[in-house]
Amino acid sequence: MHYTYRLKGSAVNLLEADIAIVGAGGAGLRAAIAAAEADPGLAIALVSKVYPMRSHTVAAEGGSAAVIQANDSLDDHFHDTVAGGDWLCDQDVVDYFVAHCTEEMVQLEHWGCPWSRKADGHVNVRAFGGMKIERTWFAADKSGFHILHTLFQTSIKYPSIHRLDEYFCVDLIVEDGRCQGVVAIEIATGEFVLVAAKAVIIATGGAGRVFLQNTNGGIVTGDGMALAYRHGVPLRDMEFVQYHPTCMPGTGLLFTEGCRGEGAILTNKDGYRYLQDYGLGPPDPWPRNKAMELGPRDRISQAFWHEEREGRTITTAQGEAVHLDLRHLGVRKLHERLPQICELAEHFLGINPANEPIPVRPAVHYTMGGIVVNLETASPLPGLFAAGECASVGIHGANRLGSNSLSELGVFGKMAGIKAAAFARSVAAAPITALQRQAQDVERRMLSLIVADGGAERPAVLRDEMARSMEAGCGIYRLGAEIQATCDRIATLKERYRRLHLDDRSQAWNTEWLGAIELGYQLDVAEAIAHSAINRRESRGAHQRLDGFDSRDDASFLKHTLAHYRPDGPPLIDYSPVTITRSLPGKRAYGAEGERAEKIGKETSHAA
Amino acid sequence: MPPNAAASVGSREIEVEVLRYRSDTDSRPVPQAYRVPFTYDMSVLQGLQYIKDHLDGTLSFRWSCRMAICGSCGMMIGAEPKLACMTFLRDYHPGPLRIEPLTHFPIERDLVVTVGGFVKKIESIYPYLIPKTPRRLDEGEYLQTPMQLAQFESFSDCINCMLCYAACPQFGENPDFIGPGVMALLQRYNGDSRDGAQATRMELVHTENGAWSCTAVGYCSEVCPKQVDPANAVNQNKTKSAIDFFLRFLGRPARSGGAASDGNAP
Repeated sequence: MHYTYRLKGSAVNLLEADIAIVGAGGAGLRAAIAAAEADPGLAIALVSKVYPMRSHTVAAEGGSAAVIQANDSLDDHFHDTVAGGDWLCDQDVVDYFVAHCTEEMVQLEHWGCPWSRKADGHVNVRAFGGMKIERTWFAADKSGFHILHTLFQTSIKYPSIHRLDEYFCVDLIVEDGRCQGVVAIEIATGEFVLVAAKAVIIATGGAGRVFLQNTNGGIVTGDGMALAYRHGVPLRDMEFVQYHPTCMPGTGLLFTEGCRGEGAILTNKDGYRYLQDYGLGPPDPWPRNKAMELGPRDRISQAFWHEEREGRTITTAQGEAVHLDLRHLGVRKLHERLPQICELAEHFLGINPANEPIPVRPAVHYTMGGIVVNLETASPLPGLFAAGECASVGIHGANRLGSNSLSELGVFGKMAGIKAAAFARSVAAAPITALQRQAQDVERRMLSLIVADGGAERPAVLRDEMARSMEAGCGIYRLGAEIQATCDRIATLKERYRRLHLDDRSQAWNTEWLGAIELGYQLDVAEAIAHSAINRRESRGAHQRLDGFDSRDDASFLKHTLAHYRPDGPPLIDYSPVTITRSLPGKRAYGAEGERAEKIGKETSHAA
Repeated sequence: MPPNAAASVGSREIEVEVLRYRSDTDSRPVPQAYRVPFTYDMSVLQGLQYIKDHLDGTLSFRWSCRMAICGSCGMMIGAEPKLACMTFLRDYHPGPLRIEPLTHFPIERDLVVTVGGFVKKIESIYPYLIPKTPRRLDEGEYLQTPMQLAQFESFSDCINCMLCYAACPQFGENPDFIGPGVMALLQRYNGDSRDGAQATRMELVHTENGAWSCTAVGYCSEVCPKQVDPANAVNQNKTKSAIDFFLRFLGRPARSGGAASDGNAP
């Protein structure tokens, strides 16, 4: 980035960097810092469609997992994660992950992250769902906010990180069989810029906005997933979409799992702790790790679905709900540990959680799948790396445990920065003219959305139809016929997308145009999700079917789904093996059953 | 608007007047009126989303998280700086409700203002921990008691929404004034028991665009949606700046830290 200039005869500006990073949330910022530290001589372009502190990492609440207590072990974190993921995790990657979480959390502390503390000054940890020992580091209930701001502010120290704030990435440049840059729109002007780079890291986060009720910010539209996918990189395990069990009916805004980590309970309309009926009990003593309200998210969201069908939920103006009851925690603890939860309940629902339970229901929260990458965050396309929610590195399997994703941003964001730096040093840049030609094609394609005439489809209408269809076909429980209907609907919407009409024909701050490009990304990602789901004829983790495939089928489906993009039709679906090193698939047991299994396991290992 | 809200739009309507400005076609900003159907729980942000999705796709504004943590959607709502996502249409019924871009900032388009100058200020104050005592990762975390954390915790809660700048008459007069939000960030690091760069940051506080520009109106803290209390950060820095000045006058070395910097990190 030594300079920016406009190429002769082109409307596309050029910026030359060694590494381009797309996305400036937790993973992108961590990658930028790691690359800058690995080699201060490398020019790093950090491209983000929003200012870094707006990135959706900001909304993570509960905390970040890393073994720190004397009674905890990496082995325990490993087993919780692998069983929590219903054995679809790559165990070599999980081993690496759990072994590096603590160092990353300490690193954040050294950079100033205001982790909540114990009286003796050490970092405090809280309980989280599916975790045997308390290992979730937290900064009140704004953990993601503090991690993001710490990383953003720390990144300012490094002169080699050149931010392109409010630049919207619209394509990757693949030349000579490797990824050599990105094309972005400067949102304020609508001008195009080619960021030529020897290595590219995608860190654009998830795709939760393809669903109707979700906890995600408006920016979470699967951009990087779609870009990699269109260039031939498979999206892996896309059918696994996490419903977070405790969200605000209607808006889907999140009430952290940390509520239950601190002792909150879930009750149905009869005031009954219904989770005891779903293999998570008995209810007492409480709180108790890996039981009841501290079960894994997939199980708790599924239990809600059954309660709703049985008519035991509470009817609110925004739909059915159960009660998240925090009253017994007391005002003092609520204000110390869960201040944002109190604020959200008070401002958005008019509820004081010290006096009244909060109505909650499941909403889409997280995409377990993503751009397929190996342990070193490298995708199959040379020069292209991915980290964070947009990537599928292999640690979440079929169901992510709460607080593993913030740790992932650190561990694999750092990895991506280091590996991209090494890659950038190992290759020569391609001639700019070749990249420029591609960039001009991209510019023409993107501008055609604005100038196209004759269409009548409003982007917002298509977007809403997509979100409704995804909710109907790819929800908590799925039926083949309904998934098929969603596949068909998405295909129709993609067809209608070709006939978009935009009210706004300008280029500067044309958010209707940017939204239309995002909708294109979303439709591709939605299609990958639906087709991955219909082809997985079993039930595992967050993918639960009710049409005869209602149990796990390891013989046929202990494997990763790979969705390959096809420009003129639905994706091609195939599979790849799961890496299993030391934990053979077993029964996911929580509550009393889990405790019994744990005891037997201990006796066996003592005997051995 | 989130798609789900579209389904529940009721019969009540509110008149919303949005200040529009497009630099390529408009010579000056002008208000444009819309009639927006709304329900009891709809935020102003959802109202704007309704306009964009159903009435007029050309309206531009920033938003993302919808839950008052990303800091994107600050604007003037009924002449007060507020986050659109946590301000509700019901409170302005039947209207007209005037929505304008955050005051004191240049308008880029419609409700979008220029953020770059604010971010430059963040970058200027060494907004990162400069450790008093360097520490290796294998030595574990710095110790910091809850009391020491409390010294700076509220200042670390700033979401950079810039409402306090729209509230600050001094910033309106002098765009170079470091301003309340960034002063809070400065105090967030100066008050951190792990940090050792108070003297460096105090140099910025002493300058004419530092703490002394503030005329103690206090509106910044009133409009803050996160109870950061930036006015308090400015005041603490005025006090420290005055003490530094008198110590210098007496020929003694200036005390480097603030009240909070006496924590002993190991």
